[in-house]
Amino acid sequence: MPNMTLKKTPIPEQDPNVRNKNFEEVALGYDEVMAIGEAERCLNCKTRPCVAGCPVMIPIPDFIAHVAKGEFEEAYQVISQASSLPAVCGRVCPQETQCESKCVRGIKGEPVGIGRLERFVADWHMKHSTAKPTKAAPNGHKVAVIGAGPASLTCAGDLANLGYDVTMYEALHTAGGVLMYGIPQFRLPKEIVQKEIQGLKDKGVTILTDMVIGKVLTVDELFDMGFEAIFIGSGAGLPNFMNIPGEGLVGTYSANEFLTRVNLMKAYKPEYDTPIIHPKNVAVVGGGNVAMDAARTAKRLGAENVYIVYRRSEEEMPARNEEIHHAKEEGIIFKLLNNPVAIHGDENGKVTSIECMEMELGEPDASGRRRPVEKAGSNFSLPVDCVIIAIGNSPNPLIHSNTPGLDTNRKGCILVDEDSMATTRPGVFAAGDAVSGAATVILAMGGGKKAAKSIHEYIQNKK
Amino acid sequence: MFPIVKKRALNDSMTLMVVQAPFIAKKAQAGQFIILRVNEFGERIPLTIADYDRENGTVTIIFQKVGKTTMLLDTLNEGDEILDFIGPLGKASELEGYKKAAVIGGGAGCAIAYPQAKALKALGAQVDMIAGFRNTDLIILEDEMKDASNQLFVMTDDGSNGNKGFVTDALRKNIENGAGYDLVVAIGPLPMMKAVCALTKEYGIKTIISMNSIMIDGTGMCGGCRLTVGGKTKFACVDGPDFDGHEVDFDEAIRRSRTYMEQERESAREYNCHLMEGAKNA
Repeated sequence: MPNMTLKKTPIPEQDPNVRNKNFEEVALGYDEVMAIGEAERCLNCKTRPCVAGCPVMIPIPDFIAHVAKGEFEEAYQVISQASSLPAVCGRVCPQETQCESKCVRGIKGEPVGIGRLERFVADWHMKHSTAKPTKAAPNGHKVAVIGAGPASLTCAGDLANLGYDVTMYEALHTAGGVLMYGIPQFRLPKEIVQKEIQGLKDKGVTILTDMVIGKVLTVDELFDMGFEAIFIGSGAGLPNFMNIPGEGLVGTYSANEFLTRVNLMKAYKPEYDTPIIHPKNVAVVGGGNVAMDAARTAKRLGAENVYIVYRRSEEEMPARNEEIHHAKEEGIIFKLLNNPVAIHGDENGKVTSIECMEMELGEPDASGRRRPVEKAGSNFSLPVDCVIIAIGNSPNPLIHSNTPGLDTNRKGCILVDEDSMATTRPGVFAAGDAVSGAATVILAMGGGKKAAKSIHEYIQNKK
Repeated sequence: MFPIVKKRALNDSMTLMVVQAPFIAKKAQAGQFIILRVNEFGERIPLTIADYDRENGTVTIIFQKVGKTTMLLDTLNEGDEILDFIGPLGKASELEGYKKAAVIGGGAGCAIAYPQAKALKALGAQVDMIAGFRNTDLIILEDEMKDASNQLFVMTDDGSNGNKGFVTDALRKNIENGAGYDLVVAIGPLPMMKAVCALTKEYGIKTIISMNSIMIDGTGMCGGCRLTVGGKTKFACVDGPDFDGHEVDFDEAIRRSRTYMEQERESAREYNCHLMEGAKNA
């Protein structure tokens, strides 16, 4: 008999007033009893709408059926056929707009906690399984993967499963991309990311760090080195700024820099040399997941008042509901319908305040969201010593500017055929933020997966 | 890991290292930089490439011991390895098409100014090199600078080498004497580059400066190295490090370069204390 409880089994979390002072993970995860109880809420319906909601098409009811029977390793094997990064996805995927949004149980009550179950299964496997992933029989073909973030890791994993000899080139000193430098430890522990990456290495993938493709080697040179196809997953690039006065003041960060200092460079740990400003009052500009991450990180570094400054209302915020909810619980103050117009500083060039204007919502704009309109004469100043700008990125120019035949759109995103992820350059495929501009981990993974399939077809057809 | 094949102290505070990095050596061009990390807990710091040897696969860096990271780097010796060494980053200098150039180096900046002089000379330009140091004991690379230029002017702030004055004094004198420069390249501390640019603007001489901004990745991701050039936000790592000096907002760049000054001082102080304790206990 299925468990007909209308609500999801709650996931234990650290108390908000404790966790906003540490970098330990917020959600603690299900235990076996909770997982089985939640798995029993799945009706195992015939139509399986959840699977269609998953960008990497995990056979969700199948793995949940194993969990319900206590067959956790079997559940893991089902997921890992489709996803290279289950421990990551279980934590950071926006399930509420994907698999869970399609769940039949969601019509009356809450959907099955698919994300929580995925996380449980992946964590259980990491903790209990000693089996190394099996290496596929080599097929004699070499593929290069540029970047080592979610799109690249997925593409590399799928290709390795097919027997390809995959070499990944990572520009930073550690593989993982945004999973390492962007998403904070308290949402996605770096140890977990590294374990997932170790899994890829065990499958035979070679990862070369400190290699900036476009500079140290070009795409053409990679072809000359014998790679038959190349995947570009170089991710988001230059952070966007607002082009308002004061963005060059000391104490103004891009979210990329602020988060990289803390996450990748571990500025929050005393044994690391990375310097960072420890601000008292912080304004984070933006309403996405990155803005929430930056705000919650600033709080954990000891800031007293952390504001989210967003020019629209909460309804239009692109951040996941869960992130907004967690941020509020942790004491982040939301200044909605406020648009920054200037950042002010003292005689030493240090930030002292951010000047905003109040906004009201007008007619819907091109994005379908109601356009914020400034209220004349509503300027006010928020006293802060740090401003973090989290309003997105433009794609990195290093690769496409050094690769003839690789076309980009007006914004600099690499152009691809959306079914095959093939670029305008034969043999070169791309996915992730380099193609879409800033998006989610799972969308990047979905793109990486499609690209792996196309690369396989491309190389098989070439023979 | 990147082995150090040669190490040489240039003076009490400056060190030259030749590092085995064949991929970078193959691609490096004058004006580009590398980023290195000494150990697992270390910062990533940018250093301009002073020289490279494509055949032997080496890259030369010259650094001044100014903070903990450079002090740590200086503890490594020939045969030791640098954990991370990434490059070549940034755009190469554009030095073609000039007839007569003044290349100006300030202190540690001479280490990267002289390869620019060498490159300009190789492209057929007449090159005057003007080097400035605080005092005569700090003078480095005099022979290299002499070889790289047609004329070398070495200035000291205190006159201890018999040539008292700032680089701008020598530059103004040469210009007034009809040197006829169509390009000035200035590399050194920000206030020096600012002063040179103020001077060359008076005379309408094109001036290229090289930024050594605070940065993390060096590939156009973090945005930490941004500066204002001609009223627009630019990134030293991908748009530079060379910029038209007359367009750079130096005051902002100087303030930004001091972002972590207190933390850097504290970190260096702690590191030195730690060393002293180590020495006492040894």
